Amino acid sequence: MSSGNLRLQVTAAPFAHSPRTTAAIMRDVILALLPAVAAAVWLFGIAAVLVLATAILGAVLTDGVFGRQRWAGLKDGSAVLTGLLLGLTLPPGIPLWMALLGGVVAIGLSKVVWGGLGHNLFNPALIGRAFLQAAFPTVLTSWVAPQPGQLFSLPPTTLSIPLQQSGTDVISAATPLGLAKFQHTLTDTLPLFTGQVAGSLGETSALLLLLGGAFLVWRRALDWRIPVSIFASVALFATLAWLAWPTLPPPQFMLFSGGLVLGAVYMATDPVSSPTTPWGAWIFGAGIGLLVVLIRNWGGLPEGVMYAILLMNAAAPLIERATQPRAFGRDERRIP
Amino acid sequence: MTPAPDRTAEELLKGIWRENPIFVQVLGMCPSLAVTNSAVNAVVMGLATLAVLVASSTLVSLLRRFIPAQVRLSTYIVIIATFVTVADMTLQATLPTVHKQLGAFIALIVVNCLILGRQEAFASKHGVKLAIADAIGMGTGFTLALTILGSLREVLGNGSLFGFPLFGDHYEPWVVMILPPGGFIMLGLILMTFNWWKERKQAATAGGAA
Repeated sequence: MSSGNLRLQVTAAPFAHSPRTTAAIMRDVILALLPAVAAAVWLFGIAAVLVLATAILGAVLTDGVFGRQRWAGLKDGSAVLTGLLLGLTLPPGIPLWMALLGGVVAIGLSKVVWGGLGHNLFNPALIGRAFLQAAFPTVLTSWVAPQPGQLFSLPPTTLSIPLQQSGTDVISAATPLGLAKFQHTLTDTLPLFTGQVAGSLGETSALLLLLGGAFLVWRRALDWRIPVSIFASVALFATLAWLAWPTLPPPQFMLFSGGLVLGAVYMATDPVSSPTTPWGAWIFGAGIGLLVVLIRNWGGLPEGVMYAILLMNAAAPLIERATQPRAFGRDERRIP
Repeated sequence: MTPAPDRTAEELLKGIWRENPIFVQVLGMCPSLAVTNSAVNAVVMGLATLAVLVASSTLVSLLRRFIPAQVRLSTYIVIIATFVTVADMTLQATLPTVHKQLGAFIALIVVNCLILGRQEAFASKHGVKLAIADAIGMGTGFTLALTILGSLREVLGNGSLFGFPLFGDHYEPWVVMILPPGGFIMLGLILMTFNWWKERKQAATAGGAA
């Protein structure tokens, strides 16, 4: 992350060699997401497959055509993962051309122009979604009710003509967060946890996402401090807010609704755009949790995980600088 | 002031492409980002700037021997402000709707560093003929760049060009493109394309020479 004052230290052998490659980590993360993908297909049918495939296609093609190392993102799986994560944040009924555009923006504007894998300040998948949200606010907040088991159900908007409005109205449904914000109706915790609610493709089932996260922690593919810190911070601040203003949603609702689990486990832990120091990870997660609670409770939008993570991404280099561990044998003050 | 061959054409043309104020010098970012949400706004802004630039450059060039060096910048600003006021009132009288949309940005032409930059760097050191040529070139380059930026943003953000719909009645607008972030994104993409093209050309000529 902090390539600004990178110092090469010349040391003597022996060196420890890590067998883990970027490709192996990417493979693990994609593997961990598969249960959630399967749930998305079960809940939203073939539309989920199409949206995910198109987002991945957009990401991989952009990386292949414009990337400094052509098709590197396909070979090591990083572009595939970006596309997959982007697809999981999109609403099931999104027109496919928008999903493709999102993939192009995710890789093009947030990875290629920064210098490729490992050089981006922000999480690429979330930049793709933020762009789509800013460009097509209504489409990105139109939700389809889940239809478990109806694998061939296809919302009429999915195949709408590029650049044209998706004329037909979707059988719209409100997400639990939208219901809580605009109609003050709370959804029970159990359906939230198992995922039978409206929402983005990958944000519905907290259970499966957490299982994938546990797998990644076991494989040491992510820094467990970040999600733990985010959950703790959301729980703390949501409880405080709920105790002070009882009309606000309770903490268990805040924890399992919306994209919090997806964001906390898979997006905030992106090793490129999050701090690498242990203390940095705690501060980073706490900041995300606070921002999520603030945006959800008092912001204009029902959901705030995306902006919370992007804002803390911007702060990550600063956090990392401030939390450099003391070098062994040096004095208290950090020597850069 | 006797340039051996006539430099007028050269000074006129350099601003349009080789030293384009926006794409090469990256000057005057405030108006180029703020008012290019439609092609019409961009063109009017560009033309207003062009008019102010030509008038100021002419006057500064005429007065260049009388302006004391210590107060030259404030003198330039007073001269520019005079012509900006003229442009502002002319627009208000002739194109009230566009004037309303451009709002404070017409008055803000006075702080466009492109204009002050040309006075300091060129008009105050050259004769009237060259100064006018330079001003016309730079102003045209500025207008062209703004028009390109404004057209692209209007096409994507509104599905139209100069107000005429391009994609039928059911165009799904990319709202972000006519919002401020769209200005930054589009300008960045254009600069990127411009530099890529320039680098490729340089590489081609270098390869040809070798």
